[in-house]
Amino acid sequence: MKNKNSQGAQECPSRCPDNSAFKQQKLPAWKPKLTAPSVLSSFFTIGVFCLLMGICIILSARSVKEIQINYSDICLSCSKLRENSSNWDKECNCSVHFTLQENMLGDVFMYYRLQNFYQNHRRYALSRSDAQLLGQDVNIENSNCAPFTTYPNGTPMAPCGAIANSMFNDSIQLSYHLNSYTAIQVPWLKSGNSWWSDKNVKFRNPTSYNLSSAFAGTTRPPYWQKPAYLLDEEDERNNGYINDDFIIWMRVSAFPTFRNLYRRLHHTNQFADGLPAGNYTFHITYNFPVTRLKGKKQVVLSTITWSGGSNLFLGIAYTVSGAVTVLAGFIITAIHLKLRKKKTYFQR
Amino acid sequence: MTQGCRGGGARVGEGTLLPPYTPLPRCRSLALSRPSSPTKVQPCQSLKCSFQDNAIRTAKYNVLTFLPLNLYEQFHRLANLYFLFVILLQVRSHWRSGGDCWAFGPLVAGRAPHSEAVRWRGGGRGGLVGKVSLRPFLFRLLLKADLLLLSSSEPSSLCYVETSAPMIQTLLTVGLPGKVTCEEPNSRMHSFIGTLEWRGEKYSLDSEKILLRGCRIRNTETCYGLVIYAGLDSKIMKNCGKIKMKKTKLDRLMDRLVIVIFVMLVIISFCLAFAAGFWAVKFRAEHSYLSALYVGTSPAEQAFFAFWGFMILLSIIIPMSMYITFEFIYMVNSCFIDWDVEMYYPAKDTPAKARSTSLNDQLGQIEYIFSDKTGTLTQNIMTFKKCCINGMIYGTSEWNHLEILPVSWNPYADRTAEFHDPSLLEAILQNEDPVMREFLRLLALCHTVMVEEKDTGQLVYQAASPDEEALVTAARNLGYVFLSRTQDTITLSELGTERTYSMLAMLDFNSVRKRMSILVRDPEGKIRLYTKGADVVILERLREDGPTKAFTQLALDSFAEETLRTLCLASKEVKEEDYAEWSEKHHKASVLLQNRAQELDKVYEEIEQDLQLLGATAIEDKLQDRVPETIELLKKGNIKVWVLTGDKQETAVNIGFACRLLSDDMQILEEKEIWASAPRPWGVAGLRPSHVSLLCRQEKILGTGTKVKRKEGFWARLACCKARTQPVADSSVEKAFVDLATVCQAVICCRVTPKQKALVVQLVKRHRSAITLAIGDGANDVNMIKTADIGVGISGQEGMQAVQCSDYALAQFCFLQRLLLVHGRWSYLRICKFLRYFFYKTFAGMMVQIWFAFYSGFTAQPLYEGWFLALYNVFYTAYPVLSMGLMEQDVSAEKSLQFPELYRVGQRDELFNYRVFCVTLLHGTVTSLGSFYIALWAFEDSGSGRVGGDYQSFAVTVATSAFLSFWTILSFLTIASSLVFFCLFSFLTQNFLVFREAPTIFRFPSKALGQTPDLSDWCLHPRANPPECSLPSGAVMLLSLAPLQQIRSRDLRVAESTVELKSHFHRGSLQRRSSYAFSHKEGYADLITRGASLRVKDSRIRGLAEAERNGDGWG
Repeated sequence: MKNKNSQGAQECPSRCPDNSAFKQQKLPAWKPKLTAPSVLSSFFTIGVFCLLMGICIILSARSVKEIQINYSDICLSCSKLRENSSNWDKECNCSVHFTLQENMLGDVFMYYRLQNFYQNHRRYALSRSDAQLLGQDVNIENSNCAPFTTYPNGTPMAPCGAIANSMFNDSIQLSYHLNSYTAIQVPWLKSGNSWWSDKNVKFRNPTSYNLSSAFAGTTRPPYWQKPAYLLDEEDERNNGYINDDFIIWMRVSAFPTFRNLYRRLHHTNQFADGLPAGNYTFHITYNFPVTRLKGKKQVVLSTITWSGGSNLFLGIAYTVSGAVTVLAGFIITAIHLKLRKKKTYFQR
Repeated sequence: MTQGCRGGGARVGEGTLLPPYTPLPRCRSLALSRPSSPTKVQPCQSLKCSFQDNAIRTAKYNVLTFLPLNLYEQFHRLANLYFLFVILLQVRSHWRSGGDCWAFGPLVAGRAPHSEAVRWRGGGRGGLVGKVSLRPFLFRLLLKADLLLLSSSEPSSLCYVETSAPMIQTLLTVGLPGKVTCEEPNSRMHSFIGTLEWRGEKYSLDSEKILLRGCRIRNTETCYGLVIYAGLDSKIMKNCGKIKMKKTKLDRLMDRLVIVIFVMLVIISFCLAFAAGFWAVKFRAEHSYLSALYVGTSPAEQAFFAFWGFMILLSIIIPMSMYITFEFIYMVNSCFIDWDVEMYYPAKDTPAKARSTSLNDQLGQIEYIFSDKTGTLTQNIMTFKKCCINGMIYGTSEWNHLEILPVSWNPYADRTAEFHDPSLLEAILQNEDPVMREFLRLLALCHTVMVEEKDTGQLVYQAASPDEEALVTAARNLGYVFLSRTQDTITLSELGTERTYSMLAMLDFNSVRKRMSILVRDPEGKIRLYTKGADVVILERLREDGPTKAFTQLALDSFAEETLRTLCLASKEVKEEDYAEWSEKHHKASVLLQNRAQELDKVYEEIEQDLQLLGATAIEDKLQDRVPETIELLKKGNIKVWVLTGDKQETAVNIGFACRLLSDDMQILEEKEIWASAPRPWGVAGLRPSHVSLLCRQEKILGTGTKVKRKEGFWARLACCKARTQPVADSSVEKAFVDLATVCQAVICCRVTPKQKALVVQLVKRHRSAITLAIGDGANDVNMIKTADIGVGISGQEGMQAVQCSDYALAQFCFLQRLLLVHGRWSYLRICKFLRYFFYKTFAGMMVQIWFAFYSGFTAQPLYEGWFLALYNVFYTAYPVLSMGLMEQDVSAEKSLQFPELYRVGQRDELFNYRVFCVTLLHGTVTSLGSFYIALWAFEDSGSGRVGGDYQSFAVTVATSAFLSFWTILSFLTIASSLVFFCLFSFLTQNFLVFREAPTIFRFPSKALGQTPDLSDWCLHPRANPPECSLPSGAVMLLSLAPLQQIRSRDLRVAESTVELKSHFHRGSLQRRSSYAFSHKEGYADLITRGASLRVKDSRIRGLAEAERNGDGWG
């Protein structure tokens, strides 16, 4: 702009400003003329589109099969036991039976759902050391992990911080009752549940010849029952900091009620197409205390469709706004028909 | 020089008649040293005088003071204090909560440097003068200091200057060392008291001998002066007033809004912190995974920290980037003013110039315009337009260029003159009508013009008033050429024959007599009296009421209707014996020591009787281009135009009619009428009534009675008020004046000094809290320009002083309509829309934080990540608002001028005020609620393949919808670029590589990328929000269109009805025909008859004069 100005000045010695469209504020512009036909047609178009959209989403959301079981209420004894933190080393198992009325076809996901758990607490959410989780050898005393940094004897925690410390540590298994006598374990995939970027960039294990030596000199957080390098003893690539359960937990949730992906169905044998209808039992090792914080734990089995999960809200929102828009269209039509004859001064 | 010396000496000798000089308590003295050469007089260098040097610095800052002064001024803006506070908060890292990469520079680097650069440049021009103190001034040179005139090259060492009221400065000549004692510098333009000690004698000095800075010397080749006051001491600079930082109405509103928002912020933060305290108790007791975080702090402490946490978190509600964008928009809008081709004046090669970049929006809110007359409304050029000779009107016919008679018959004709009427020329050349002859003779004889013959043989007339010059030039073009004058003769060339009249007496002009006459003996020996003057005065002194008189009156009516300045011409033959008798009386009267003036007037009156009417002349005071149209348009836009002029009442009224400020159907309220109703308060008013005469034209609405009666009641009330409480009186009188003046359609203030001009502006500003604009061209308008909210300088005419103090410089008055109605309106619209949109955007974006606090245990957890916050206002959302602030046009420029009524929107502050702000707040809140809860519910339990519902992707979605939910059409591109920027910066700040480098700064790698495989989330959820948020508001906007149109049509009906009412009453133009307008000053005849002003170097004339004097001794 400046450049152009000076050029213009060189061309003609006079101080006459350039007669360019920009400088004269005459750039071609499209001004929407809010005439009744255009406004009304846009209202009806948008309204109808939203209605259709909403209906489609609702239909697709309803095709999602989902089952939610609140096991913190069912496993009352375990809940009671965990209320007292001194019982932390006592194991508590719990089984929950349920019947699947219909087949759950396609991808089936298992989630755990927590209620009233404040992962979004400001200081809680800050309480982590990204450098440590990257496998770097850092002094966690200087990180945000406090007060979960070191034990009184000076041993650092690995991983440090309040998030890691409070990691969800129930283990859930599902068995399928082929008949009243035989039950088979439903196969689940433990890994591949987290984001690629988390798994491969944000979380790295410290390098050493083996994992336990990499974690030497550190110890588990106080709430954990086993150290980080024993999170998944079966799979080397799912152990330590790059354990999927851990990664998912470390991605803190926005609201006190949330669900995290726990397992994906492994499509083998009977479960090649999904979960067949029938009787099932959840076998839960109950470790995670929620009763004192008036929280609840649920386990969720769900399929997905193109529109997401079973949440109807989006569809309803579309439908309602579509309906409102169409209604508004009618109202405006009425007003327009009433006022049409008056011509205003400015239409001269 | 020697000649001048003697003349000057004589003048000073006479000066002893003036009241004796009384020493002033504080005075300064200047010494004159013996000049090294007769032409050079220098102030003594050895005198230790602490006087101002002549450099005037109009720049606000210098290198040293820039930073502290500018900072001080910047912190006058409350928002800047606020930002400082927020920055200090942020620095305390303990409470910091992300979003910490804020720009700090803009605080100082805002608009100030730009506008200062302009001022610097301007200042350079102003201060150019340096030491010109006593160099010979060139023809038409602009004076740069107050000078005591010592001598000039002109006869009798006169010096002509050109100001709004041209005058001659009489002189005083000094050739030897002397000493001047004068008063301290002051602001009184029209008075000067001092003494000169020279050769042991004391001479008093008064304002007549002073040339003031800013005057333009005219028709004077050289003059010498002693610098009395220089630089800031000069009278005009003392009258200038101070440079004040001008703040716009919106600025002040913004300041208050900043307070409102800040209070809101504190209250909200306090409430949230209070809740945080409660939640801290709960977290500590129940949430075992959190309780460790609370060890060692009490809930009150937690609440305290939460308070500051929320303060920081929500402080972005007043974004610093808004102010930066704000300044940028102001700047570009100013550039648009500079660039406007339609405000470019090719004749002088001057474009419009916005010298201040921060007042544009106020151009759209002007309610009162205060205009100077001379040089602003008029060109200060008088042209002889028409005349009526013996009842015949000439000059009306549509003359054709081809028909112009060859002027070769008249070698003296001034070819630039515009008056050509072939029929008149024909009649003159026939030379049959004696009345016509007398008429033209009168024009050539009865005046005080002085003539100079240039080397080329061209005649140059030097007149004290442009009117006279026009008349004499007209006579010259019509064949009656004024060739020369001596002390008591006048030589004319009448159609080629040279005739010399001996001048017997000159009956001078003054404002009471409103006429001047000359008594001459023609070459045939007959004595004739020629009189010209105002029609009322002349018509009542006629011998008989003939048909000529009736015709002439008709002609005068028609002239007056065309708002020409009229003069009546009459003559008579005086018998020798009558003359002898009168001459004796005259002589007696003229030597009287007391009441000389009155006695002379009486004597003059005696002879100016039984006149024979010759005709009338009509002179046009040329208006600038398109002035009437502009004023009419501005009036339609509900802008009131006041004219403040130093001129006389008649002249001002005449111009008022000419530029359609006044019309025949208006009632004129003159000073006397105002006086009559309330004489006492006026005596103590801040504006002295003797100087300010007000002409208020009150619109007549349905009969005269009601309005006038109401006014009387009003004054009565005022008088009571005054009687009771003395101290309040002054302000109440002022208020009464403003109340009265503001109900008037137009106000013209005459005979006002620069300071009074500023006072009037101040008065309206104070009592009406309206936005005022002052427009002027001369140094005498500077104070007014500085006082008004917006000062506009007309560049080019009377130097650059007005322009240098102005905020906008235009070349012509008529550009004002485009400046106000187009640029002003647009700027106001843009700034208001911008503010509204920006506030909406920040509210919509940041209120979400408040709602989120309810779900995060009131722990001041930021919903957005730091980078997002930092870039939100700069990259993600800046372009749509910017384009709105730069390009928005609701109607085109042509339509803006076609419907000036649209301007009222700005005057009523309709586009941005507290109400609009509240609506915006509400709108933003609704949007934020919508975008928050839609996202919340949509994500709740969404069983997507990957980790759904984590707060980072939620934040992105909310953000996306927040800035998508307000579409503007013009900004389509910019919105697109915002989206691109959003993706780009999301990618950059969330890049893995960046994360690896600095994991603590870039916390969220691949949030956006991680979503891409999850098509359903990415596509559906953000898309759902905009229609949800924008459709309701769109519908509301549409629904509100209907009432809006009704309001507009109501406006129109009001406007139309006033127009109708106006035409009920029509005032005959006869009543204002006395618009005798003649910018003449008395005192010149005296000079001429004494011969003081005659040029002696012209030997031909001198010889002739001497011969005649010796010959008959009439003098």
